[in-house]
Amino acid sequence: MCLAVPMKIVSVGSDGTGVAEVSGARHEVRLELVEDAAVGDYVIVHAGYAIEKLDRAEAEERLALFAEMARRERDGSG
Amino acid sequence: MAEGKILLAHGGGGRLSRELVERHVGPRFAGGPLDGFPDAARIAVGGASIVFTTDSFVVSPRRFPGGDIGCLAVHGTVNDIAVSGGRPRWISLALICEEGLALAELDDVLDSVARAAARCDVRVATGDTKVVARGQCDGLYVNTAGVGEALPGFDMGAAKLRPGDVILASGDLGDHGMAVMAARVGMNVEGRLASDTGPVHRLVLALDELAPAVHFMRDPTRGGAAAVLHEMLGGRDDIGIVLRERDLPFSEGARAVAELIGADLLHVASEGRVLLVCAPEAAPVVLERWRALPEGTGARAVGEVTRDRGRVVLETAVGGRRLVDLPQGELLPRIC
Amino acid sequence: MKYVDGFRDPDAARFLRRRIEAAAGRLAQAGRTVRLMEVCGTHTMAIARHGLRHFLPGNVSLCSGPGCPVCVTDAGYIDAALELARRGVTVATFGDLVRVPGSAGTLAEARAQGARVVVCYSPAEALALAREPDAAEVVFLAVGFETTVAPLAALLRSAVAAGATRFSMLAALKTVPRALAALAEDPEVGVNGFLCPAHVSAVIGAVAYEPLVERYRIPCTIAGFEPLDILFGLVDLLEQLADGRACVVNQYARVVRREGNRRAQAAIAEMFEPVDAAWRGLGVIPGSGLAIRERFGAFDAERRHGVAVRSGRPAPGCRCGDVLKGKILPHACPMFGGACTPEHPVGPCMVSSEGSCAAHYKYAR
Repeated sequence: MCLAVPMKIVSVGSDGTGVAEVSGARHEVRLELVEDAAVGDYVIVHAGYAIEKLDRAEAEERLALFAEMARRERDGSG
Repeated sequence: MAEGKILLAHGGGGRLSRELVERHVGPRFAGGPLDGFPDAARIAVGGASIVFTTDSFVVSPRRFPGGDIGCLAVHGTVNDIAVSGGRPRWISLALICEEGLALAELDDVLDSVARAAARCDVRVATGDTKVVARGQCDGLYVNTAGVGEALPGFDMGAAKLRPGDVILASGDLGDHGMAVMAARVGMNVEGRLASDTGPVHRLVLALDELAPAVHFMRDPTRGGAAAVLHEMLGGRDDIGIVLRERDLPFSEGARAVAELIGADLLHVASEGRVLLVCAPEAAPVVLERWRALPEGTGARAVGEVTRDRGRVVLETAVGGRRLVDLPQGELLPRIC
Repeated sequence: MKYVDGFRDPDAARFLRRRIEAAAGRLAQAGRTVRLMEVCGTHTMAIARHGLRHFLPGNVSLCSGPGCPVCVTDAGYIDAALELARRGVTVATFGDLVRVPGSAGTLAEARAQGARVVVCYSPAEALALAREPDAAEVVFLAVGFETTVAPLAALLRSAVAAGATRFSMLAALKTVPRALAALAEDPEVGVNGFLCPAHVSAVIGAVAYEPLVERYRIPCTIAGFEPLDILFGLVDLLEQLADGRACVVNQYARVVRREGNRRAQAAIAEMFEPVDAAWRGLGVIPGSGLAIRERFGAFDAERRHGVAVRSGRPAPGCRCGDVLKGKILPHACPMFGGACTPEHPVGPCMVSSEGSCAAHYKYAR
């Protein structure tokens, strides 16, 4: 029900519909709940509707933080 | 629980399916090859030791990325014979057609059956065709039965498992179920995901003189690897299984569809894979032989048998631990 | 999938485990045992699926609250849905509801007896069904928290705009913040920190938890669903508790904005209005439900079809209510694993894919 993985918008229709994909699997999504949804944006999809956009910068920062934790753990510097 | 009616969940390949067979079918046919409900029966006919099996196919949609109901029906029966330690030789082909089914589609299915039979080195020996009125079945249902020679050296079953035995998978798990689901919900997975439907008999034949070291073999169809792992334990309370999530072979395409629909790939059917338990010293040799075959290039060890009280435990990729349960419910109806 | 792998690195998990142990250690030194509660079915499942409880030291317990919308739906709602099915209405629903027991039977059983029950992945499928030529009346079972309410608001708007004539929703929609307040008020629950839902928060915003923190001084941390997100969220809650702080911390800033999704909030306000709602296990929480506004009454199944959702009878001995409050862990229910299993569930906590009991049974027995 609650999709956790962000999907990438690959096309946007004029009527609030769009197509989003994750790892090559494509699905129709409705975009009317998200402002300025554009091709290339990543969105969180729930029950066939995009409910929010993923902030790429924040996502990169968070991934980098976790990567740093992993590095420190492997180096033994905790 | 609706007493007295078949529920969709009875066909899911999980607990309810097992219950149906154990409570309704089993008691009426006890004391013979049906005991324990193996995928195929090893029986004697006129002095020859043969392996005999049957399977019905109600997959929807009938055509999916990587295959169709025709080749699925051949591979399914061939594989049941193979994993029961047999060399598949002959199959039967029974068709139930709905009035209105396009003849062109029937021809395509039959062509697919013919091609698959050739690939599997089996021949269609006999068959049957029935037609029911429009609305009384969904397009086309297929049943195949098969016979093969029992291969020497195989003596398998839950009772044979020992702590330390290694569990091997011949390739990516769950591609078939996810490919069918993707087709069903209209997901375009071109080039990224296809059913793994295919024959596994060459993987079994490659075991050759290692047969006595093989303690259990199954193809993980309905109910997925989880169903097979529980069958491996066979109700014993002195052994268990540990799987390592980071070693589980899942394709990227299957993972994507699974995340999308919330499926657990351990519960999803494959139709061209083998899960095998063997003595630890045989494992490297089995892997080497499997990887030399196109249908076994993705083979790897996924876990081992432990001393435990009948649990299947997963060491998660992130470092946690949890149980792998039998699937329940109708998550993926009409996958095969 | 690179995105997902980066959130599941076992080395980073080990790092976070140390921080959990450090904070729990400080609490232990102060003689404290703490109870954390997550209130999101997807968190329940993610924690179970990745085996994350394994990371928690003895003085930290993590329980599941009423985060599964199906589980907190009163049995009477299923009874009303069954009544509609009996009348020949096509009942369209998310898969989870199909096996939830009402006072006498489930939708799956009704389907086996010939009722038209259709499972949808998206509510838009239900509207499409209703708009087919010769379609029967369709009622969509609208159950969910704010994450689901937003799409339902958009869908209802589409149905109104299209002038759909054979479509309505049976609404049992609920909002989270008031339930958290009710839990915070309840001394029997004894929660010290909330791990807040990821996608409900995307809709309502981090700001929605500020009154809760101000009033009850209970730390609230919003975390995503990936294992590292959850572990980091637990780290933050434990460190807040060890430091004696109580704030709203948004650790899912890649999706959750402080003010939430204004467009979604506007759609919700346009189509629905707050009402009191009965939560299985928690009783009636004032203002915690959402009903379809009167001017869209033609799309409200209760009005359209004249069915009333009454309080149903939970099965005798069913302790879903106590599980949902976090009062007991699933295995403390006398029926757990015996009379009540996923194949033969007595209560909704065992049926729903996001239910505490189902998660426990599947992953942690």
